[in-house]
Amino acid sequence: MTTLTDPPAESFKLSMLVYDTRYRSITFQIIALIAFLLFFGWLTLNTVQNLNDLGKEVSFGFLGNPAGYDINQRLIEYDNQDTHLRAAFVGLLNTLLVAVLGCITATIVGVIVGVLRLSGNWLIARLMTVYVEMFRNVPVLMWIILAMAVLIESLPAPSAFRGDDPDSTMKLFDSVALTNRGVYIPEPLFSRGLGDISFFGAFDISVDLIAIIVVLIGSIWVSKRIGRKADATQEATGIRPTTWHIRTAVVILPTVVLLGILGFHLGYPELRGFNFQGGTHMRNSLIALWLALSLYTAAFVAEIVRAGIMAISAGQTEAAAALGLRSNRIMSLVILPQALRVIIPPLISQYLNLTKNSSLAIAVGYMDITGTLMGITLNQTGRELETVLLGMAIYLVISLIISSVMNVYNERKKLVER
Amino acid sequence: MKKSVFLGALTVAGLAAGVAGAATLDDVKARGTLNCGVSTGLTGFSYPDANGEWQGFDVGVCRAVAAAVLGDASAVEFVPTTGKTRFTALASGEIDMLARNTTWTFSRDVDLKFTFVGVNYYDGQGFMIPKELGVSSAKELDGATVCIQTGTTTELNLADYFRVNNISYEPVPIETNAEAQQQFLAGACDVYTTDASGLAATRATFENPGDYAVLPEIISKEPLGPLVRHGDDEWGDVVRWTLNALIAAEEYGVTSANVADLASAPTDNPEVNRLLGTEGELGAMLGLEADFAVDAIAAGGNYGELFEKNIGENTPIGLARGLNAQYTDGGLLYSPPFR
Repeated sequence: MTTLTDPPAESFKLSMLVYDTRYRSITFQIIALIAFLLFFGWLTLNTVQNLNDLGKEVSFGFLGNPAGYDINQRLIEYDNQDTHLRAAFVGLLNTLLVAVLGCITATIVGVIVGVLRLSGNWLIARLMTVYVEMFRNVPVLMWIILAMAVLIESLPAPSAFRGDDPDSTMKLFDSVALTNRGVYIPEPLFSRGLGDISFFGAFDISVDLIAIIVVLIGSIWVSKRIGRKADATQEATGIRPTTWHIRTAVVILPTVVLLGILGFHLGYPELRGFNFQGGTHMRNSLIALWLALSLYTAAFVAEIVRAGIMAISAGQTEAAAALGLRSNRIMSLVILPQALRVIIPPLISQYLNLTKNSSLAIAVGYMDITGTLMGITLNQTGRELETVLLGMAIYLVISLIISSVMNVYNERKKLVER
Repeated sequence: MKKSVFLGALTVAGLAAGVAGAATLDDVKARGTLNCGVSTGLTGFSYPDANGEWQGFDVGVCRAVAAAVLGDASAVEFVPTTGKTRFTALASGEIDMLARNTTWTFSRDVDLKFTFVGVNYYDGQGFMIPKELGVSSAKELDGATVCIQTGTTTELNLADYFRVNNISYEPVPIETNAEAQQQFLAGACDVYTTDASGLAATRATFENPGDYAVLPEIISKEPLGPLVRHGDDEWGDVVRWTLNALIAAEEYGVTSANVADLASAPTDNPEVNRLLGTEGELGAMLGLEADFAVDAIAAGGNYGELFEKNIGENTPIGLARGLNAQYTDGGLLYSPPFR
């Protein structure tokens, strides 16, 4: 026999917010949230109040005024009559340039060093250890300044190339000039170029470049199709047709033909007036920053790669060896694909670090977003709060984009579990 | 650099409203030291000597103000600032005054909310080149690489000058005078441009100053002077009239050697008497001792003495008085009357 007892009718009491475990955590979270909002409200009000007292109001109108200063490295057209906004954009592109170059180099160097550090060769493994410990234990600013000082002091000035019996000559069949103002390399030129198209009237992009990229992507796609067809044939018959020569031809030939049509040739740098003219000028500031950032970050990447490889049990290597794979195939087919799952998440942080560390660029006079917007523009307009907030927002957006792209990549590489 | 700018911005934002409105004079007296912003090192103008003591023409102004306010020329905390950090340091209250060869411009005065209290050096922007370059005029600099300190008016003058003359150049932005020197001497830039006085001071520190020349073109007006924050006129008056006292002292022949004698008893010249406090109440009007000018002059001498000792023709820098002579000698120095 069962007796039905009604649960005691529960009346809600205020004290239950604290003493009842069902409500307690929510209560405290709400209190914390309110305190947090109040704190930020106070901070904002205080800032606005103090700026008012100083007679400054928060306004972004200065971005539309002429900047008045010149920037040496420009990826888009810019002169000193353009606006502060455009100057900031030039700086942003410079930041992105060094970040992309740096991430690529750091990854390549880091992976090689990380693998070599596990090498059975005693000398190579120790050398790599020395490299990693040296670079990751000295602040990156020192490396940047050191790289710049070495470039400035060790390379000859352009005047050393002058005269009948110059102290220095150009390298690589007179095509590359190494000076303490930067490296001048030949530039690609098109005698029958297609001109530029303007985007939003803001910047121009060379049609030649677009055409080459489109053709390249197209031929790589065709090459992949040939590869898939070969796979299918192999599945069906067990014999893989030889396709590498066709695939190479498909990738290279159309581009070569296109370059021929466009009248591709190289423009060589030559000494004229005070400097080398013509060619592409890679400034020392860019090279120093790029080298220092990538070597510094590569040391961290190497450790991440080493950790990833060591996370794969030695049994995998032995099993692969038992199947008769050679050691480089073991690394590329068995170990690295699995290690990537451990490597990618911390690698994202390193990419973010490198991008943010690029804000040290001003130490060598590289005009990145910190140098233009948060440097000269800040100084000429006196808008500290606005420029710094804007700069922080820009770094935030760049970082979020990098992490979301890398997260997509991570999702694809992740072990798919049931 | 980003950090300091950011911290500066935070300080501006975060400091209590007291900073803007409060009386700097009372703060300085209560603290017992004057926080004076100077450059990070420019021979002749402000630089620490072998003993770590700050020396120079701008430093002399700081010391004179400290002597006038506190009666002690050594009660100065020197805060080295770069071209980029100087205004934030002043606006945030980190320093009480800035004496760092800073050009008086409209927008700095009006938009950045500073008060320039006067001019202690009339300067103009020039170009320095190695003589072996064989250039005799700035108009021949087409295509040259130019080292320039970022965050200065010189950066804008340079852009204007080359645009107007329709010649091209490659700017190499740098942060401090020392870095500029390194790059210029290594030949990483053909030309170094800054205020002509700064060029002379920099050249004086070179191993072979004779191998370098300053081009004749002066492309801008650069009146350099000490400045304070807007909104505290009492403090602005103190700094202004201390500077004027140094200039007037030279005009009336009051030097660090004879100032004690002249101040001991009233002289025949009523202007000197009012300046030195033996007559009238000028010191009390400023909220200072009656003999504030005596202390200021005794600290490092009058304007002429400061000039000769730090940057004059007998120093390695070797600047002529030129525009910076008294109006009686055909220069621009003209102190309003002490009355």
